[in-house]
Amino acid sequence: MTQTGILAFGAYIPRRRLQRAAIHAANKWFAPGLAGLAKGERAVANWDEDAVTMAVEAARDCLTGIDRATVDGLTLASTTLPFADRLNAGIVKEALTLGDATRATDAAGSLRAATSALLAAFESDRTQLCVAADLRKARAASEGELMQGDGAAALLVGRGDVIARVLATHSVTSDFVDHFRRAGATFDYGWESRWIRDEGYTRLLGGAIGDALAAAGIAAETIDHLVVPVSVRGVAAGLAKKLGVRAEAVADALQATVGDTGTAHPLLMLAAVLEQATPGQRILVAGFGQGADVLLLETTDALARLPRRRGVQGHLAARQPDDNYQRFLFHRGLVELERGMRAELDQKQPGSTLYRHRKAVLGLIGGRCTKTGTVQFPRSDISVNPNDRAVGTQEDYPLADRPARIVTYTADSLSYSPDPPTYYGTIDFDGGGRLVAAFAEASAADIEVGRAMRMVFRINAVDEQRDFIKYFWKAVPANEGEG
Amino acid sequence: MARGIKDKVAILGMGCARFGERWQDDADTLMVEAFEEAVADAGIETSQIDAAWLGVAFDAINIGPSGIPLSIALRLPNIGVTKVENYCASGTESFRGAVYAVASGAADIALAMGVEKLKDTGYGGLPVRSRGTTFDMVGVTGSAPGNFAQLAAAYRAKHGVGKDDLKRAMAHVSVKSHANGARNPKAHLRNRVDIDTVLGAPMIAEPLGLYDCCGVSDGAACAIVTTPEIARALGKRDLVTIKAIQVSSSNGWELQQAGGWDGSYFHTTRIAAAKAYEEAGITRPREQIDLMEVHDCFSITELVTMEDLFVSKEGEGWKDVRDGFFDADGTIPCQIDGGLKCFGHPIGASGLRMIYENYLQLLGRAGDRQRQDPPALALSHNLGGSPIQNVSSVAIVGLADA
Repeated sequence: MTQTGILAFGAYIPRRRLQRAAIHAANKWFAPGLAGLAKGERAVANWDEDAVTMAVEAARDCLTGIDRATVDGLTLASTTLPFADRLNAGIVKEALTLGDATRATDAAGSLRAATSALLAAFESDRTQLCVAADLRKARAASEGELMQGDGAAALLVGRGDVIARVLATHSVTSDFVDHFRRAGATFDYGWESRWIRDEGYTRLLGGAIGDALAAAGIAAETIDHLVVPVSVRGVAAGLAKKLGVRAEAVADALQATVGDTGTAHPLLMLAAVLEQATPGQRILVAGFGQGADVLLLETTDALARLPRRRGVQGHLAARQPDDNYQRFLFHRGLVELERGMRAELDQKQPGSTLYRHRKAVLGLIGGRCTKTGTVQFPRSDISVNPNDRAVGTQEDYPLADRPARIVTYTADSLSYSPDPPTYYGTIDFDGGGRLVAAFAEASAADIEVGRAMRMVFRINAVDEQRDFIKYFWKAVPANEGEG
Repeated sequence: MARGIKDKVAILGMGCARFGERWQDDADTLMVEAFEEAVADAGIETSQIDAAWLGVAFDAINIGPSGIPLSIALRLPNIGVTKVENYCASGTESFRGAVYAVASGAADIALAMGVEKLKDTGYGGLPVRSRGTTFDMVGVTGSAPGNFAQLAAAYRAKHGVGKDDLKRAMAHVSVKSHANGARNPKAHLRNRVDIDTVLGAPMIAEPLGLYDCCGVSDGAACAIVTTPEIARALGKRDLVTIKAIQVSSSNGWELQQAGGWDGSYFHTTRIAAAKAYEEAGITRPREQIDLMEVHDCFSITELVTMEDLFVSKEGEGWKDVRDGFFDADGTIPCQIDGGLKCFGHPIGASGLRMIYENYLQLLGRAGDRQRQDPPALALSHNLGGSPIQNVSSVAIVGLADA
């Protein structure tokens, strides 16, 4: 039996990066003491993203070049899951077009839900996709607003050609309440930062790491990468010094570029480390929340053979600097704008219709005529091919990972959109299939007939009367050849 | 092809309400206004009408379902009233129903009414609505200008027309229609506009600015049709007969087949036009058609429709527009009444409003805006839906001997 370990990693960071200086400029009249945090940028999810959509994108990145039929299970870890009672991981499963035999679970409860899910996966015989995502929400003019960021990361765990094997794991649980959020509440409530630093990070987390190293018989100075998902300045470096880990081993907490992505953060930092690591390096990953998880990993030769993916670096590079703090507040529901009557369209989703069409809607699976080869979306009883009106000949044909091109488009200023103007148009997929799609992350300078596009999983509309979220796929500008 | 209906049915009378923001009037009043004019023009009693068709698109904010609202508004003598809804072709559909009833011999005299009360929505533009539970999950519910604006990007790409050149040609469409509408007492918008105003207007859906979009209004129009024999027996001398009515509906090809439709034209309009010309015996539309009322919901729609009706060569419609070919004093006036641009577009009424203008022009009754070169054949066209999935209708009427 081969050893369990990490088979692949993936990441997702939203394109818009809100400049912290812009946040502080709006709030400094009220909270001048936050000036010290007002540098760098944080990733902000668009209005049509949430923990589920970001998880889907990170998982797709992780599964680059991997046969999805090999995935047995899926865990989605987040403390900002959009549904309290509807399996969020189930939506991710449908979007990834994983088989119905997939075991899927949501993991929540604390910011270490992702490392705990990872520990469970390490102890399983299954090939398990561990995805973590958070869309952080903090009050305006709060420290959290400046320090947090939105994002997701995914790791595929299983046996076989692992890129990192597991050396040891360790967990402690203690009801240390550095911050909390009651079920249904919108914002966190946090205790004094000095107490959290001393009792939480130094004693509780540092103690757990020290115990893990000791139990595994691994010398601290042999750790090549220390992943401590704490963004408070100096904490990770202080822990490294105290434990005897080399200063240069301390992994970048991505504070200057992304912000603290909460549950996703240990996985996101680990993904960034794996992009830079060389075979045979030791990585220590910690998770913190009412205790701590510690994972000791060692990279293998397979790391160098992992196919290229967007990863953390790719997403960091695909950035759109943003100064629009007001838009951010609106997208987070922290300020109400006059949306006009066009926003009143009832978005009621018949459950029976969605279930019947779940493969098409959530998985972007179209149809391919087995007689003519014509590809279409959605499937229909009679093929769209005008030259061969074949009846009942279609088979499933996934389109989500196919590159596409714009046939025609517009930028609509009349329709209601939380992010006007609404770009949409007709796209043709390479290999067949056509869709009138909404375009996400589009701008006037970057949209033209013939432009390469790729599909992403997003929120299509929200039924505000019944609190339901309708997901579908949108097209975003792509690099040539990207699917 | 079927034998068609050429010259089997004549227009006995027509009426058209004043279009506009009729804040004080219900749809009922608009229908009565159009009908009173038509029935007087026809010179018959209401009791002589055998069957009626009602074209209306937005029943939820309008008159409610079924043909009953027409029957009540006009106090029809308990005849069959059929409501038809086929997007923006609804008015022409009601006309088709009435004409077919007469052509078949099922009715001697039939009424087609189109009405829409759009100004009770609370906002400009067409109401946002569902297109069915399946579509709503995977389709884009864009605005009408957003859907039609996409013609421009594809047209530019296909024909190598510069952004500015196309935008100027589109602006010419609107300047021309406003000049025409200014002379029409029943039009909603009666102001002339200059090209700089059109070019400088706020963007609605790239590249359509405010003046590239038609108005939104309340309105009604109707036709009373019969056989040419009955019309003559009732004392009519100059007859306008129906030469052709054709409707073509998308079957999903434009929307679904990659590499098929290129987005720059209306597939259905080409089919409806070709069939209508065949039915009417027209072989050279650019030489034979004297007048056109087309579906100018947006300037770009009118522009590409000139090609889809085989009047302009493909890729050259924008030049014909720019050169004034379709101006009121051009070779084939298009929207000599002001079009949707100035009448606005009360959906169910528009198709009949167009036929009303053609009818008046053919009979020389168009007043200040009468085409001096007497027309003999006039075409009207509706396009409902969006370029990628739609219903197109073409109706050709003309003098009985044309």
